Amino acid sequence: MKRHLRELQPFNKEAEDKHIREGHGLHPLDAYLKPGRIPHIWCPGCGLGVALTAYIEALHRKKFPVDQCSVVSGIGCTGRIAGYLDMDTYHTTHGRAIPFATGLALARPDLHITVFSGDGDLFAIGGNHMIHAARRNVNLKVICVNNFNYGMTGGQAGPTTPIDAKTSTTPMGNAEPGFNLPHLAHASGAIYVARWTTFHPRQLVHSISESFDRKGFTFIEVIAPCPIGYGRPNKLGDGLEEMRYYREMSEVRNGADPGTAEIRLRDKILVGKFVDKERPDFLENYNNLVIAKAQAGKKGRAA
Amino acid sequence: MSDKDVLTGEHFIHGDAACAEGGLAAGCRFFAGYPITPATEVAERMARRLPQVGGVYIQMEDEIASMAAILGASWGGVKSMTSTSGPGFSLMMENIGLGMMTETPCVVVNIQRGGPSTGLPTLVGQADVMQARWGSHGDYGCIALAPCSPQECFDLTIHAFNLSEIYRQPVFVMADEVVAHMTERVVIPPREKIHIVGRKKPTGNPGDYLPFDSAGPLPAPMAVAGDGFHVHVTGLTHDERGYPVITDVVQERNVRHLVDKIRDNAHKIISVEETALEDADVVLIAYGCTARVARQVVEDLREKGLKVGLVRLITIWPFPSDLIRRLADRVKAFVVPEINYGQMAYEVERAAAGKAETVLFGVMGGSVHTPEEIEDLVMEYL
Ligand code: SF4
Repeated sequence: MKRHLRELQPFNKEAEDKHIREGHGLHPLDAYLKPGRIPHIWCPGCGLGVALTAYIEALHRKKFPVDQCSVVSGIGCTGRIAGYLDMDTYHTTHGRAIPFATGLALARPDLHITVFSGDGDLFAIGGNHMIHAARRNVNLKVICVNNFNYGMTGGQAGPTTPIDAKTSTTPMGNAEPGFNLPHLAHASGAIYVARWTTFHPRQLVHSISESFDRKGFTFIEVIAPCPIGYGRPNKLGDGLEEMRYYREMSEVRNGADPGTAEIRLRDKILVGKFVDKERPDFLENYNNLVIAKAQAGKKGRAA
Repeated sequence: MSDKDVLTGEHFIHGDAACAEGGLAAGCRFFAGYPITPATEVAERMARRLPQVGGVYIQMEDEIASMAAILGASWGGVKSMTSTSGPGFSLMMENIGLGMMTETPCVVVNIQRGGPSTGLPTLVGQADVMQARWGSHGDYGCIALAPCSPQECFDLTIHAFNLSEIYRQPVFVMADEVVAHMTERVVIPPREKIHIVGRKKPTGNPGDYLPFDSAGPLPAPMAVAGDGFHVHVTGLTHDERGYPVITDVVQERNVRHLVDKIRDNAHKIISVEETALEDADVVLIAYGCTARVARQVVEDLREKGLKVGLVRLITIWPFPSDLIRRLADRVKAFVVPEINYGQMAYEVERAAAGKAETVLFGVMGGSVHTPEEIEDLVMEYL
């Protein structure tokens, strides 16, 4: 066939360079942000900026060079976090950040790999990957921003939407209970489990830094306001009011049994560090149980 | 340790094992997979062999995760592969699309069985040909190789790795159950005789580096995690720097690059085996296990003095349209035996453009054609 196409407009690197450099470096955290990526896409009052800043603060505190860090995200509002960070970042497919990061982490045990994604991404479409990575204890730092709904697509119910909460697909109220994420992460084998809200930035930074010291699958849930998708239909107010709501509702209880951390609408929210334990991670087991034997000449069962 | 990756010598192994050995010889050090008949033996061999060479085998929770994991490993700078069969190939399509969009080298071995759905788990099929080409949504170029023997399973898996590095995308080894489960002599050459394409790294100033450059005939070298280039890799439409840009203008460049890097280099990628074409009146077009039967047909009929030739497709994608077009000017008919209800035959018919007849001999799966039944059909067109 004959092909008729539009004329291509080539990439103008010089103009693009100029554009992305403009104003870059004015903010003290710009060293961690990719030039030209701010302003971000998030709504006013969204909790994602706090979560991103907490991660950056933790890197800063740990004095990790960005070249040794990598962030993998799925799809959704939280999934966009990867794209803002000035390091090697991977914005993958919906729900698949964890298996992608598993490959990356096993290929590059020298890097600090963080999975940053939302509740819908990690626990609905990606739920299976999440529980298996926790079981294997892959050395991944998972930060899950939970805003109880699918924000990017306009506020639909998700796997964390509490029973009776209103969203655009549960206009009469949700008939399903939401997941208790710390409980699920713990039961699946995560070695470190914490929950904070964006009203607890200092505790959050502390938990993220602490998770970097643990070798294995760590899980931090960050409860964040989504005034557009969740706050408004549930009459929690705008971003600030939703934040105030989380302040009033949250109760710090370090060491609490994650089984008691279920979240209901207009009920208290347990926050704190719930789990902190040790067990060998996937690569340690693989090196000791598999590679060592294989290289000592053991054949294993023939295939 | 490293001498264990290339098992130089003569072996008597099946096609699945040969795919695994090909991967190891090509430098694959990461395999993520999920058991599925008739591809399980690839994973089993990798589970035993990878730790011997310091690589990682991981059994994932499904094929979606397997495909995602090999992309992640590839961005970690490690050559990676997976193997599967029809139902698993379907599940991989999502992240195959991500691999295409993010220009990630890796190899997917698909041992075809009868479909659709669970179909014939233990029996042969060749019905994933179009799925390999068009299976993930959106436009992209495709490279798929179809081995017809265990030896070729070894050779073409290496070749698939090389092509995936050159063109920076997932490459498919589209074997079939017969070839994968057939045991034959496989010669693994000395290491220095095996051509391996290493991964090119960018040089120079990170500020000047365009990880998704679309200007050249070939993709840019790939900066992996930890190289200091701070690459953003996204499945969203992106500019040459990797930044998401949601506009028609960038979409135009992005997609045309993904298609054109294969289309414009197709003449370098396409590989066929031509048998007795010079004076042929009828030409068989075949691939995989079916090509072995077709060879027999040509031999038998030539012995009887009949003018029959064969084009064996080694690359099923890109398709050798030019060759078929040229042949169509002088042959009476193309006979296409394949184990499906007509897939490659559509390509042949398209390229022949009415100048020669295209005749499909479709078998729905579960068995291979016999030489006799193909011969009877060919005779009708001589
Ligand atoms: S929709 Fe919700 S989560 Fe998404 S950016 Fe807006 S406030 Fe944040």
